[in-house]
Amino acid sequence: MNADVMTAEVAPILETRSLCKRFGGLVATDNVSFKLQPGARHALIGPNGAGKTTFINLLTGVLTPTSGSIHFDGQDITNWTLRQRAIAGVARTFQINQLFPDLTPLQSVLLAVNEREGAGRDWFRPVGTRKDLVDESVALLADLGIDDVMDERVGSLPYGKQRLLEIAVAVAAKPKVLLLDEPAAGVPESEREQILDVVARLPTSVALILIEHDMHLVFRFAKTISVLVNGGLLVDGTADEIARDPRVKQVYLGEEEVVVHG
Amino acid sequence: MSMSHLTENSAGASSRLLSAAKWRWYEIAFWIVAASLFFVFPTRLALLTEIVTLGLLALSIDLILGFAGIVTLGQGAFFGLGAYAAGIAAKYGMGVAPLSDPIVGLLIAGAVAGAVGFVTSFLVLRGSDLTRLMVTLGVGLIFAEVVNQARSITGGADGLQGVMLSPVLGIFDFDLYAQTAYVYSLGTLFVLFVIARVVMNSSFGLSLKAIKGNPLRSRAIGIPVNPRLIATYTLAAAYAGIAGGLLAQTTQAASPDMIAFHRSADTLLILVFGGAGHLYGGIIGAVAFRLMQDAFSSGSPDVWLAAVLNALPSFLNFWPIPNVLTVIFGLMGPKYWSLWLGLVLVLLVLFVRGGILGLVQSIYVRIFPSRNKVKP
Amino acid sequence: MLTILFDGIAYGMLLFILGIGLCITLGLMNFINLAHGAFAMAGGYLAVVMMNSYGISIYWCLPAAFVFSALLGALLERTLYVHLYDKSHLDQVLFSIGLVFIAMAIVDYAMGANQQIVNLPPSLEGRIDFLGASIGVYRLFVIAICGLLTVGLQFVLAKTRFGSRLRAAVDDGRAARGLGINVTTIFALTFAVGSGLAGLGGALSTGIISLDPTFPLKYMIYFLIVISVGGTTTITGPFFASILLGVADVAGKYYVPAVGGFIIYTIMVAVLILRPQGLFTRSTSR
Repeated sequence: MNADVMTAEVAPILETRSLCKRFGGLVATDNVSFKLQPGARHALIGPNGAGKTTFINLLTGVLTPTSGSIHFDGQDITNWTLRQRAIAGVARTFQINQLFPDLTPLQSVLLAVNEREGAGRDWFRPVGTRKDLVDESVALLADLGIDDVMDERVGSLPYGKQRLLEIAVAVAAKPKVLLLDEPAAGVPESEREQILDVVARLPTSVALILIEHDMHLVFRFAKTISVLVNGGLLVDGTADEIARDPRVKQVYLGEEEVVVHG
Repeated sequence: MSMSHLTENSAGASSRLLSAAKWRWYEIAFWIVAASLFFVFPTRLALLTEIVTLGLLALSIDLILGFAGIVTLGQGAFFGLGAYAAGIAAKYGMGVAPLSDPIVGLLIAGAVAGAVGFVTSFLVLRGSDLTRLMVTLGVGLIFAEVVNQARSITGGADGLQGVMLSPVLGIFDFDLYAQTAYVYSLGTLFVLFVIARVVMNSSFGLSLKAIKGNPLRSRAIGIPVNPRLIATYTLAAAYAGIAGGLLAQTTQAASPDMIAFHRSADTLLILVFGGAGHLYGGIIGAVAFRLMQDAFSSGSPDVWLAAVLNALPSFLNFWPIPNVLTVIFGLMGPKYWSLWLGLVLVLLVLFVRGGILGLVQSIYVRIFPSRNKVKP
Repeated sequence: MLTILFDGIAYGMLLFILGIGLCITLGLMNFINLAHGAFAMAGGYLAVVMMNSYGISIYWCLPAAFVFSALLGALLERTLYVHLYDKSHLDQVLFSIGLVFIAMAIVDYAMGANQQIVNLPPSLEGRIDFLGASIGVYRLFVIAICGLLTVGLQFVLAKTRFGSRLRAAVDDGRAARGLGINVTTIFALTFAVGSGLAGLGGALSTGIISLDPTFPLKYMIYFLIVISVGGTTTITGPFFASILLGVADVAGKYYVPAVGGFIIYTIMVAVLILRPQGLFTRSTSR
């Protein structure tokens, strides 16, 4: 997005330059140049099939781009693996739960904390020896309101709790950039509020990118918004600008009325 | 995130995690029983020794399959390599330490198999389950061919003869009744089991379970998946090599049979039969498997058939019942052992999830539902 | 030299007919059926019994072997295999190895462990000279039958409605289901035909390779090589892979008998590492 629409001239924490991804003949990401400021609350919207998840997969290293480059914290990370980016501070949640069904929530979060602190390759001390890391994990689970089930099997948890754990596992790595791929997708109405609340309380040291279909949620959360259409960046700007933009209305016409709340 | 919401849950969390690594009474009982078999079955120690080596091989497959989730049909290759490495070392040591020292031999076996495991681990990292199956199978077949062809070193199809060992620790000579062999191999199994237990209860072990459960998410939270798998594959190969070394030393021979495909398949079955993903699964599977095999090979189905036919009540004595019984008992001879093995495999896959230990666990949970959770 | 090439091609075509069913079912359902060779063995033994004990002509034995193995395949598919499609690859491997063990024991019990030798009709025995090479009549017969079958298969796949549905299901099962293609039925049919072809191949093979109870285990490895080299997305891939393997195996056993097997396994592992999707597949697939 253009630097001048942003609040200040800060070096972006995450940036893409002319990013392209083709699958055979299909252009999934079309020449996207995008900047994310530290601490941003940014939403990525667009109609179905606009290439939002592909874009996230490119940012996190699940896919490699056909051309263009990705920069994080001043470094070119285009050819870094998913794991290298995770260590450097790019974390994500997945649209479809990617959890460890046979472990407990406590173990799941502890795994991420362990790797962050370099304790993951410890092969002789039993899990739980580092009390500080366990305490941190428990505190995080408590903060997200899932400490009551921390010793249950993840695979048997209710879906809403699993969605929260999905966020907890990503946050445990203390990332600088966190990409939330439809965090409330499929969650019953009664439990959505809890997830939104968790997202709203994430510390400002983390820059957030949210992919979401629910426009109420997007405009409640995001200060800045990018609109992806057919893999290309249609427009970006502040939430107000996007809400007023006739092109965005055009895109969403027939799919959903863009309504601004607050 | 603030750290202010610490609840009463946190206090016990690390001790609850730690308690998973504590030794249970039934584990201690298990090893005491294993040791006491020395006195209970003084005439069957050779068989028991063989069970121990099989159990160790199954344990090695458990490390890579049960914990890290890599399907392999090639563990027999490392077993065979270890057997030949220990055998050849002892042969050229001419019964004199250090080369003929049993423990040095095991270290050589573990090192050779581990080194080959490390090199070949890069081949199994890539690809799907199917690719891994075929690569491990292919690598196994290649080593089997190598052993078969390198006659001057391995003795070819006749096997390696003249394996001579110096006494264990310089004191205990290998005897005809396999007394030394049993204690020596059980001790080796115990030491390696304890190491495996420590590793699998550590943070490293937890990350393996994560990789098995979801490799994508594991990478996304920063777990170095490939290095962890390489380390585990190498460790498992070394274990298999030591198991092979044990068998070569205790039988004082190494044969192409030790590296053949069916050994990989049999041991996979042993592990699945006992319960993959439990450290004891391989050992229990080995006991069950070998005892079953022994029952078949020493049984006399003709005698049983005659007894059953005699005892058959007259109202059941019409066609085709006696004929069917004849066929069934005819199939009980040692020649048709593979039929029952196959049946067990098929039934296991269709009906019994998690093998013997899985079955025990689910019965236990049904009887004591409250103890299922790790809650305080 | 030419004789070896010719024998290799005959052997390779036989391997293709034996293994093609496995390639298609693997591509279609992502199911690892290591027991495929057992269906071939069933056809082979049926042919042996018909020819040797009842003196029935080989021309009747071949279709009978096809029908027998196809029915056997259909029966087992509907009763047993159907429960395994959603299980892990490990379970599939264990299950099908179990079936192999059972099949080996049953055949051993019924027919004995020794090799079966068939008495070919005089019209298929002997050799003819062709361009200076001595060619076995029976091998010529095998090539003709396998060639006809291959052309027929290619025709069915390329030109018929069933073929196009099968190809769609192999390419993308989910999308095919979305288009209203009944993948389950297609799979059951393909499994049966694949087993039948294996049975026919087994019957044909009695005149070339030895038939004994270890057959399914011995040839499982060859099938896996064909798949790994040929891939599972086409039938031309496995076809060329089979021919290559056949020629390499025959030539290897003739020229370098000591290391023949070694070379073949090494090639397989090398292909798996360099081209995990197979040597003869389109690189853009998926």
